[in-house]
Amino acid sequence: MTAPVGDPSAEAARVTEEILHDTLHSPRRGVVVDSPPGAGKSTLVVRAARELAAAGEKPMVVAQTNSQVDDLVKRLAKEDPRLPIGRLHGSDSPPDPALSELPSVVLSSSVGDLAGREVVIATAAKWAFVKDVPAWRHAIVDEAYQMRSDALLKVAGLFERALFVGDPGQLDPFTVVGADQWAGLSYDPSASAVVTLLAHNPELPQHRLPVSWRLPASAARLVSDAFYPYTPFRAGTGHEDRRLSFAAAGDGSAHDRVLDLAAESGWGLLELPERRTVRTDPEAVAAVATLVRRLLDRGGRTLSEKGTAALTADRIAVGTAHRDQAAAVRSALAGLGVAGVTVDTANRLQGQEYDVTVVLHPLSGRPDATAFHLETGRLCVLASRHRHACVVVSRAGVERLLDEHPSTEPVQLGVTVKFPDGWEANHAVLAHLNERRVRYRP
Amino acid sequence: MSLIATLARMEALREGRARPLATVRHRHLSERPMVFVPLTTAGEAGAPLGALFGTDREEPTLLVVPQPRDRDLRFAFLAQLAQGMLPYLEGYADDVDVEVRKGKDPETGEPVEVERELCRDAPQLLVPNGSGVRYVRLLGRSMRFRRTAEEAPDEPYPVPSRVPLLGRWMTHFGERALTPGSCLLVSMTDLLSRHWASGQSGLEDQHLGALLAWLDPPPGVHGSEAALRAETARDERGLLECPPAGPATDPAFDNKLLAPAITRYDAGLSGAERAVRDLVGSQLRPTWDHVWRGLDLLRELPPGDRVAARWEGDRWSYTGHRDRLRAGEPPQPKRDDAVTAAAKLVRRETDQVRLDAHEALDDPLVMAERRLAGEAFAGEVVAVEMAYSEGRSPRPRPLVSVSTHDRPHVEPGTRVFRRLAGKAQEAQVAAAEPGLVVVRLVNQMGRGRVPAEGTVPEPGDVVCLTAFEHDPRPAAPLPPPEETPWTHGGPPGEAAMGASAPDPHTAEDYL
Repeated sequence: MTAPVGDPSAEAARVTEEILHDTLHSPRRGVVVDSPPGAGKSTLVVRAARELAAAGEKPMVVAQTNSQVDDLVKRLAKEDPRLPIGRLHGSDSPPDPALSELPSVVLSSSVGDLAGREVVIATAAKWAFVKDVPAWRHAIVDEAYQMRSDALLKVAGLFERALFVGDPGQLDPFTVVGADQWAGLSYDPSASAVVTLLAHNPELPQHRLPVSWRLPASAARLVSDAFYPYTPFRAGTGHEDRRLSFAAAGDGSAHDRVLDLAAESGWGLLELPERRTVRTDPEAVAAVATLVRRLLDRGGRTLSEKGTAALTADRIAVGTAHRDQAAAVRSALAGLGVAGVTVDTANRLQGQEYDVTVVLHPLSGRPDATAFHLETGRLCVLASRHRHACVVVSRAGVERLLDEHPSTEPVQLGVTVKFPDGWEANHAVLAHLNERRVRYRP
Repeated sequence: MSLIATLARMEALREGRARPLATVRHRHLSERPMVFVPLTTAGEAGAPLGALFGTDREEPTLLVVPQPRDRDLRFAFLAQLAQGMLPYLEGYADDVDVEVRKGKDPETGEPVEVERELCRDAPQLLVPNGSGVRYVRLLGRSMRFRRTAEEAPDEPYPVPSRVPLLGRWMTHFGERALTPGSCLLVSMTDLLSRHWASGQSGLEDQHLGALLAWLDPPPGVHGSEAALRAETARDERGLLECPPAGPATDPAFDNKLLAPAITRYDAGLSGAERAVRDLVGSQLRPTWDHVWRGLDLLRELPPGDRVAARWEGDRWSYTGHRDRLRAGEPPQPKRDDAVTAAAKLVRRETDQVRLDAHEALDDPLVMAERRLAGEAFAGEVVAVEMAYSEGRSPRPRPLVSVSTHDRPHVEPGTRVFRRLAGKAQEAQVAAAEPGLVVVRLVNQMGRGRVPAEGTVPEPGDVVCLTAFEHDPRPAAPLPPPEETPWTHGGPPGEAAMGASAPDPHTAEDYL
């Protein structure tokens, strides 16, 4: 793929205008927008909501989690403080207390209380309980690729037409029970909402946001090649626009050396000796915690198009595959006296943005590579949360592990094969990381 | 696999015999289950070779198809199977309790009392392994759309009466088996591996003979050795000493014994049918005995407290299918429509959550698994501090400090639950530090300003709190199928709703 040329801002603006035009004027009932990581998905949702409200359409907005809804409400209220917003919430899942401070926002667990609001926002789970109301003319569905088909089935009766926005490269929705019996059906309830929507309405206009404003130039190319090989995107900034530096020089330790590499090139791999470990590999967890500690101790500074800033704890995230790993990292960080750093699993980091991320490789120390650990979206989420640099901690031997476990998922008739598969994406990322590797023996 | 299950497997490997994963039995076992051991023909999808079935351990019924490619013989076999099985499957249909529930009048919408029948017990079909469950589904699919001579006299290839009915029952049982924790149709390997950990992998546990070898090895023999023998030991003719638990057969048996016997049958030699019958029976009998042996082991465990409540769900399922048959509804469609598929998925997910919670509450060993995973914690109450909610009528919100060696993944604000007089009492984590968790109780303390007697633990009490809910909340409703939205293709057409017509391009509606 050749890199697109031209001004990224102009290109992004042109696509946005097309999307908004289709949203307001298309004769079709839906518009689908694919957005790679950090391409301005939330900005688009906020903008579309405002334009629809300005046109007198009073849209409803569907997001997937309560925190996504709260974030959208905050952004919308900030962009347009006079827009009357309704935040519909569950009776035992109260919204972020900060929302009650916003004068333009009304909170309620009953949709009847929000009848006059220009925009009403809730999770798909909450919308599913709304009934006996006239249908909305317009809806905006955010994170539509993370929404399950059955969740869309429950809410689709509420609106006449909708704008579906999401990132196809992130984690697919999942179920803890078997759903093989429906594989290949156009309305497989365990599939993503967009897959079902497009299977039944192939004529819907589809757009793609072309520029990632989050990912630095050092990451956009890799993430685009590894995870979006047929729908490439590019970074909105050049190699010189982003810089990570440290006030204190490195002490020569492996941790500091890998941080220096990452500051310089955007990526770093801290490789521990090969070993099969329990999921909460104590040495790898300790290495992750030490990296975070050093990031803070060395007085990191970030330079970007937004200006310069100190690298503070709230701009750092640690990503893991499993919750117990996240818990182990949290307690290790607490042991080093670090507070305020986000530590979470890939599922929960979706949609978030940080300056620097430290990732515990999903396959580190494992005896096998299961479909869960190979899922393309998991690695993609972990490798695309950062604005400046991403440091991966892993046991050696992941390549061999991959080669010993090719994807063996059964091929189901009627199911579109997703490209790239996780196996290939993992190899692509590892090949890139291996050039920025520091070996470390605890 | 959880840490505790991994540990149990390693211990099993070290000790040479299976280790318990549960202290109680988490599945319902019928007093009178029907064991069904089917065999299928290699290379011929859906062509049964024979089956051993019955409710009496000593006197199973053996049915054999001497030439599995002969469709007349196949349907004669299925007719005999229907004759043998249907009296058992239908035998629970008339013994009912009448439940009175609140409902709505379908026309006026007024609240009325609705009487519903619920069968007091239900049949239980036991097969050797997971492939057996899938085979029941396959048989159900192959039978339920067949037409009998009475229904459609003009159609070619009518099947004996009752065959489609057995197909509908098998389909129902096969579908119900996909619901977590259901017990209408269960496989012995699933039952055994739920309750014991062997020293081998989950895949290897699907071999019933090998799994039983771990559970019950001969004296002085290591489980791995006994399991290896069960899997690979062959006699002087090259046949497996422990035939596979089906439905697939041992290829050596197929080639060396079965194929020549069927050839002799095809040639019309006298005694050939008897020979095939004896051969198939010889492959089935060891598995039959294994299933009953497994049943003996399971019956030694006392049932969990909530097993009966879950069995009631199976009884409702059985009663519902009985009602659909009696109402003359068409057979289950080949494919679910969008709403039915979504409803099934959501119900199964709710049942999975409920099953996981029930098993943990019924069984300290399972709770230990959840505690190790950070999803629950147990410990001694070290302090109780009375506190009240704000507002016009303050309600008790006591703070309970629990000293624990567990490391729960909770933070201030996490909702946790404990069992109190058959209900879940909710609390909110107020503070959590290693070794000590402070929770604020928020309900189940009576109506007054002072908590009702016994609703607040006292210092010295041992409590167990879970971060998972004990009874999952009902999921949001789905639209009725006729209101399927445009995103999902709109309402299903006639073809999808009823039994579909035979494929017009195929002269005969093959399987």
